[in-house]
Amino acid sequence: MAEIEATTGGILALALPFVAAALAPILKRIIGAHAAWVLALAPAAAFAILFSFLPEVSSGGVVQFGFDWIPAFDVRFSFRIDGLASTFGLLITGIGTLIILYSGGYLKGHRDQGRFFSFMLMFMGSMLGLVLADDLMTLFVYWELTSITSFLLIGFDHEREKARRGAIQALAITGGGGLALLAGFILIRELAGLNSMTEVLAAGDALRTSPYYLPIFILVLCGAFTKSAQMPFHVWLPNAMEAPTPVSAYLHSATMVKAGVYLLLRMQPALGDTALWTTVLPAFGAVTLVMGALLAVRATDIKITLAYTTVSSLGLLVMLIGVSTEYALIGAVLYLIAHSLFKGGLFMVAGSVDHGAHTREIDRLGGLARHMPITFAAALLCALSMGGITPFVGFLAKEEIYHALEYGDAYHIALMAAAILGNALMFAAAFIVALKPFVGKLPETIDHPHEGGFTIWFGPLVLGVLGLLGALFYETYHALFSGPMASATYGQPVEIDISFVPHLNLAFALSLATIALGIVIYLASNGVRAATSRFLASVGWGPDHGFDQAMRGLLRFSYFVTNRLQSGRLDYYMTITVIAITAALFVPMILGGALPAEPQMPQLRLPEWLVLALILVGIVAVVVAKNRLTAIVSLGIQGFGTALIFMLLGAPDLSFTQFMVETLSVVILALVMTRLKLSPADHRPLREKLPDAALALAGGAGFAVFLLSIVQRPFDPALSDFFEEYSYAIAHGKNIVNVILVDFRGVDTMGEIAVVMTTGLAVLALIRIRVGRRAKAQPDPMETTP
Amino acid sequence: METALSLVVGCLFAVSLYLLLSKHIIRMLLGVVLLSNAVNLLIFAAGRVSSIAPPLVPEGAEAPLAAVANPLPQALILTAIVIAFSFFAFLLVLAYRAYQDLGTDDTDEMRVAEPEDDGLPPLGY
Repeated sequence: MAEIEATTGGILALALPFVAAALAPILKRIIGAHAAWVLALAPAAAFAILFSFLPEVSSGGVVQFGFDWIPAFDVRFSFRIDGLASTFGLLITGIGTLIILYSGGYLKGHRDQGRFFSFMLMFMGSMLGLVLADDLMTLFVYWELTSITSFLLIGFDHEREKARRGAIQALAITGGGGLALLAGFILIRELAGLNSMTEVLAAGDALRTSPYYLPIFILVLCGAFTKSAQMPFHVWLPNAMEAPTPVSAYLHSATMVKAGVYLLLRMQPALGDTALWTTVLPAFGAVTLVMGALLAVRATDIKITLAYTTVSSLGLLVMLIGVSTEYALIGAVLYLIAHSLFKGGLFMVAGSVDHGAHTREIDRLGGLARHMPITFAAALLCALSMGGITPFVGFLAKEEIYHALEYGDAYHIALMAAAILGNALMFAAAFIVALKPFVGKLPETIDHPHEGGFTIWFGPLVLGVLGLLGALFYETYHALFSGPMASATYGQPVEIDISFVPHLNLAFALSLATIALGIVIYLASNGVRAATSRFLASVGWGPDHGFDQAMRGLLRFSYFVTNRLQSGRLDYYMTITVIAITAALFVPMILGGALPAEPQMPQLRLPEWLVLALILVGIVAVVVAKNRLTAIVSLGIQGFGTALIFMLLGAPDLSFTQFMVETLSVVILALVMTRLKLSPADHRPLREKLPDAALALAGGAGFAVFLLSIVQRPFDPALSDFFEEYSYAIAHGKNIVNVILVDFRGVDTMGEIAVVMTTGLAVLALIRIRVGRRAKAQPDPMETTP
Repeated sequence: METALSLVVGCLFAVSLYLLLSKHIIRMLLGVVLLSNAVNLLIFAAGRVSSIAPPLVPEGAEAPLAAVANPLPQALILTAIVIAFSFFAFLLVLAYRAYQDLGTDDTDEMRVAEPEDDGLPPLGY
């Protein structure tokens, strides 16, 4: 019974966002922007369903459901809710609810708001499926769905080129990584025989000790790093800021970009804790952390700043997952939840500022606190959490991270240095976004700054307050969310006891040092910005530019290939075709040993010899004819020769038809030829004719040998006997050929008539239409050619 | 007989392919006509030349009394001749119209659909 409830509830939670996505455009049309209130019920309901699993999940249980999808390949459509999936799912649906409400206010009156809701909810469903998926193929399908839906969302404003570029870039990078991930999953399925996450997690050391560990590791990492924007794949994330702000607040803080981190967390018990894992991940993570944070401080658009801090945070997460120790993973989990809350909130704040002051440039913002007090409060709550100040969840995360890295060896010291520098820069970035626009003097360029409506300030405020509540009630927080998530990630139950009360230890000292450094950077942010810009300018080339170059290179390459394959020269196509036909004739015969025996000298009657000779004379004359009428007449000679062959060999019907057709062909051809001022003779130089002649001879020989090989085999007369026997008995016709045509194979003849009719229509059309001439003679003013 | 026909069919194919490889539409048309004859004779020979009596049922009989020529290839070829002729007619009109509009029957100069220097497509997004 419990299982049935889990299945129904789980499937319902997974389907609700998609159902809402289908209804969104209609609802928007009927009730306008208020549709957000109705649509937000879908993620809210999914949240409630996931919440109902929480007692079981938080006590270490796993809820599983699903059904067979492609049984022949052991592919299931199955899901697994453990601590990791549950917390992720709650973040996705919870923040999703707030985001849908926020979109209702933010895009109020937008022409395509219905479509926006639809894309957003589709993304939500995909993301939810991704984190709940158990079967590897199910996971992959949802993984790619998030790539596609995020493409639609980033390119939502598709009339601007920058938005299109951002969308294509995100799709190319994350989609490409998705393909690598698919390859990795196939390796895991086919070589290790593990079909689902449950099996992967239960397999223990199976993957780590597998000879295919390295390719699996690289492929899975490609998927995770592209999705989670690790250097140098991070470029798509800042460019994705072309999307409307709700998209950034949702996809680029809490959900989509965390998919790679989710995958690493999920696979950590099976793939992690190897020398490779603990080197590669922290290396990429640390570089991404520091570079991302520097770029964040450098940016002047507060949304871009936030985007780069997200890159930086993802680097921190990857670094911690790479360290693989219990404390590092707890730190990663705590930071992930905290980040989702404060970054989602800050992005919405950035949107509210944009909405209220009509600019996001940090230099042009200031003094908004009086005009947008609630937004300011929400911004401060989020920034305090991001800065790691107690009592906020960000503080818990930072203490735990420092605690995990406080060892004396070079490895930990290097990572600790990266963590402190990155955190200090992010601290500065947090307050650049959350403090600078609100304090100081209101610039005159800002006209009538105003607080948005309820839906605009509600979301960020809730997320900011949650960041506070999580730390204040840390025991519940750890018991329900971070604890089960960390246990699932670590592979065995872990205890988290970090609280908002600071203890006087090394971690706290480092925390204070980080804040002090952060304040210095905040105050000197203009200097840091200039220095980073100078550094980037001296490097000159970046991966973003590299993407453009790669895209252009791809275009040039495909242009080159197309030009080679499709030269536009008919003789070239013909040559390739003849070579292919000749090869198709000879190669199977030679390989299969089906070459004919040497033929005997045929015993023929004199008329037969004469007719065959006539055909040969005709075709030779066609080739060598000096003028066009000779060529046409020669064509007639071989045609009549063929007709005579039919006559001599018992096919009078064929003979009559051939005579008639040949006569008509010659007459029509002669009529047309006389109207063309052309010579039928071949005026090409010998060096062009010779290869053609050789090729033609080879082809002709191929057909001759092929036919010889056929006629030397025994003949199976079954079909012919049938027609001879039943022609009169069944169809009451005495001319067997005619009976076959109109009766036994009547449908064929119908097709033949259709062909003739179609050709007739085409000929008629060709004769009637005179496009080229008329366009030249009298261009039609009404007709505009693009 | 089949052996002799095989060789003639080979010659027909060779000449027709040679004409089709030429760059002049009119010569290619001659090649098309030859090609249809070559294919028809190939089908005919593949059905064997067992008897030279036409495949008819004599008056008062239920089936042919003596051996007759194979009727099946004949039926196939009869269809093929008609289709080949309509195909030829279409190509002829096409070539004629192309000549009228383009003033040439040299395929190298017929570059309306696939221009020689098309250039790269736009590099933007």
